Amino acid sequence: MSQTLTHLERLEAESIHILREVVSETERPVMLYSVGKDSAVMLHLARKAFYPSPPPFPLLHVDTTWKFKAMYELRDRMARESGMELLVYHNPEAAARGINPFDHGSLHTDMWKTEGLKQALDKYAFDAAFGGARRDEEKSRAKERIFSFRSVSHRWDPKHQRPEVWNIYNARKAKGESIRVFPISNWTELDIWQYIHLENIPIVPLYFAAPRPTVWRNGLLLMVDDDRFPLREGEVPEIKSIRFRTLGCYPLTGAVESTAATLPEVIQEMLLTTTSERQGRAIDHDQAASMEKKKQEGYF
Amino acid sequence: MSATASQNSYQAQELIAKDIDAYLIQHQHKSLLRFITCGSVDDGKSTLIGRLLYDSKMIFEDQLATLEADSKRLGTQGQEIDFALLVDGLAAEREQGITIDVAYRFFSTDKRKFIVADTPGHEQYTRNMVTGASTADLAVILIDARKGVLTQTRRHSYLVHLIGIRNIVLAVNKMDLIGYDEAKYDAIVADYRGFAASIGITDFVAMPISGFKGDNITTRSAHTPWYTGVPLMEHLETVVLDVTADQAKPFRMPVQWVNRPNLDFRGFSGLISSGTVRPGDAIRVLPSGKTSTVSRIVIAPGPSGRSDLDIAVAGQSVTICFADEIDCSRGDVIASAGDPPQVADQFETTLVWMSDEALLPGRAYWLKLATQTLTATVQHPKYQINVNTMEHLAAKTLELNAIGVATLSTDRPIVFEAYVANRQLGGFILIDKISNATVAVGMLHFSLRRSQNVHWQALDISRERHAKLKNQRPAVLWFTGLSGAGKSTIANLVEKKLSRMNRHTFLLDGDNVRHGLNRDLGFTDADRVENIRRVGEVAKLMTDAGLIVITAFISPFRAERQMVREMMDHGEFIEIHIDTPLADAEARDVKGLYKKARAGKLANFTGIDSPYEAPLEPEIRVNTREMTADQAAQHIVDVLLLNE
Repeated sequence: MSQTLTHLERLEAESIHILREVVSETERPVMLYSVGKDSAVMLHLARKAFYPSPPPFPLLHVDTTWKFKAMYELRDRMARESGMELLVYHNPEAAARGINPFDHGSLHTDMWKTEGLKQALDKYAFDAAFGGARRDEEKSRAKERIFSFRSVSHRWDPKHQRPEVWNIYNARKAKGESIRVFPISNWTELDIWQYIHLENIPIVPLYFAAPRPTVWRNGLLLMVDDDRFPLREGEVPEIKSIRFRTLGCYPLTGAVESTAATLPEVIQEMLLTTTSERQGRAIDHDQAASMEKKKQEGYF
Repeated sequence: MSATASQNSYQAQELIAKDIDAYLIQHQHKSLLRFITCGSVDDGKSTLIGRLLYDSKMIFEDQLATLEADSKRLGTQGQEIDFALLVDGLAAEREQGITIDVAYRFFSTDKRKFIVADTPGHEQYTRNMVTGASTADLAVILIDARKGVLTQTRRHSYLVHLIGIRNIVLAVNKMDLIGYDEAKYDAIVADYRGFAASIGITDFVAMPISGFKGDNITTRSAHTPWYTGVPLMEHLETVVLDVTADQAKPFRMPVQWVNRPNLDFRGFSGLISSGTVRPGDAIRVLPSGKTSTVSRIVIAPGPSGRSDLDIAVAGQSVTICFADEIDCSRGDVIASAGDPPQVADQFETTLVWMSDEALLPGRAYWLKLATQTLTATVQHPKYQINVNTMEHLAAKTLELNAIGVATLSTDRPIVFEAYVANRQLGGFILIDKISNATVAVGMLHFSLRRSQNVHWQALDISRERHAKLKNQRPAVLWFTGLSGAGKSTIANLVEKKLSRMNRHTFLLDGDNVRHGLNRDLGFTDADRVENIRRVGEVAKLMTDAGLIVITAFISPFRAERQMVREMMDHGEFIEIHIDTPLADAEARDVKGLYKKARAGKLANFTGIDSPYEAPLEPEIRVNTREMTADQAAQHIVDVLLLNE
């Protein structure tokens, strides 16, 4: 008797295999948890991989203090439900200098996220960190290995990646070096949504359309999530039915006008849409080849 | 954009718009095809993949706008869209205009989902190609129609075949640049067919295409009316994949992790590499060989709430519980009790060297195979393969991108299967212990020591007891010398003399053994080595039985005589060199073999066109110019009895 596995079943089995290999072959793994839909799937896969044990590593949220309120709520709930330790890290220097997305542009991402991540990994001496990046997201991601090595100073060297054959992963490294591991490398955006749908995985409600206060800034439709949003003179937030295709810091994340309030509707809208996912993020528009450069510097 | 593709996409769009639930169900049940594209630099790989993405509507408007702007600024195609820019991701590549690493792309049609590995054409990046090929079900090998079959085409085809990909598409690209010339296309395909057959590729599908112009990509091109096959996309959508083949094989699951949340639960987690498993199945844990029964197959509860499976198949990640408390840990393999894999510690392997630092024979490397990690050493390569001519070349080492065959030994027995039978239990990597770099990718072919599945059985009647019953000391009288030297004659006399003295003997004669035990062996160096190895093993068994074994073989190589000497207990092996000058042996020529060899009718004849390595320190040397056969035999018997 034989049974044909669907592409989602094959992807799930591959991701679980990767999660278990890392736990078996590294000393202090951690899962970077950004509360977005990709993180939601990655966490769900980890819970499946080690069931009935809880995943044998903590969750790490490198926080910028500028995430949507709804993200903080889901983050705390998921940590409770999974029985995993939640570590939240704030870059003390960014906090002291009051770095924010309104006044500091790309420095905001550099300090809170890129520097914050390096500091957190060093502080806890994690030697492996799971990330929810997918190869279909962006061109330089498409070339990254599933096990991606970082030097002692957290740099990525795209020209000296280890060959990665079959499903054998070489997790050996020198002291101080670390590995970023991407268990959902081979999933596409549609795979993620369909899996969330089939497995009934909790996600932040902002992915579904609802009336929310909005303003237009630099070509992005932004949501006024709290009173830190500096309104310009005469500017009044407009209530629109919006949702988010991707979630980050609320002042940097563009919404789309939508009425898709259920998962099938969201998937339907995504499939009929004509712009790619990351366009809603300000970070990629900074400069040509921006993601590759950020990654070499240590951005996840 | 072709009419058919538009129509297909239009139908999908319509279903998405009208009934998203129906579309999701359709999409959920699509199969997955993983393929690689490979070929030489500038054969148009990136352009072809860009075209497939574009034609399957995987390019969004914003990406298209960027592409159009980039094409004008950076493109090499004038004002037309340069599809290669869609996939040439890294900044360094954009500058150099080449692809330097494997890139994975994703697209889907109504019938299938695809993951394509774009693999580089440069020779120095062979390691990346092996990476891309290792997970692929199908390979598209691109040829530039203006250039034909190149060195890189051969290298990539050989690698694809070596990795075990059986679905191969030969895409003769840039047909637009040779005016869609049928004769030129036929010549390229014929050229490739000849090469492919020489390396064992018996089947491939050839098609004339232009990735740049879109010919024969999604629809049959009007420019190639003489082409009767299907377009590339249709082939990718419909090619038959033997996805269930692994399920038909015996059950194997390498253990990744032991799941022990509390004292009441102990499960073994892993990805099933072949076969199927059900609760109640008898299993065997290797290498220990301990057996038990599967009590549960555990997965996390899904939305339905159930967390146990009635059956699990190859390709699934599960956790298995046993009915008995038996030892099992990471690195072990759980297998069908009645049909377990082999366990051995020495193998013939093919290695693809992937490091700037060449292979150092004898150096200890980490070997990782499935979930087993241990120390391994590689002997001097038997040969390196010239991927252009498929010649076997002598090699002292393997350098970056070299492919060779070598013997590999592990510091303890590992559970394995031949690569052709099971990729997960036959494919391995070697890791440098200092730099931690992955230095080689390898494939196990077979074990060299017969330790597989065989465990020493303790016997009550010992070899000492056997010998004592016969009232003698076992020994091996190993005759070596040229053909016609007189080995068989003297050996026969020795046996007669010993027999008269009530000694229990057995004579193994070269010619006689080749009629039976070694009937399958010829006279190449490799076969001569195996011939002697087998005779050595038989002689060993006979000494265990207490016999005095007399062997008469040319046994021309020192290394093999040494090998047999090491099999025996100290002092049991008596090497006897029947030292007859070549001229004397050739003058006698009792079997007429020298005459045939001199006439070129008999190849690999020792002393003529195959070397004889005389013993340096034999226990007994018989100079046949100085003594008769009978004198020699008596001398040998005297030495033997002195030894007793």
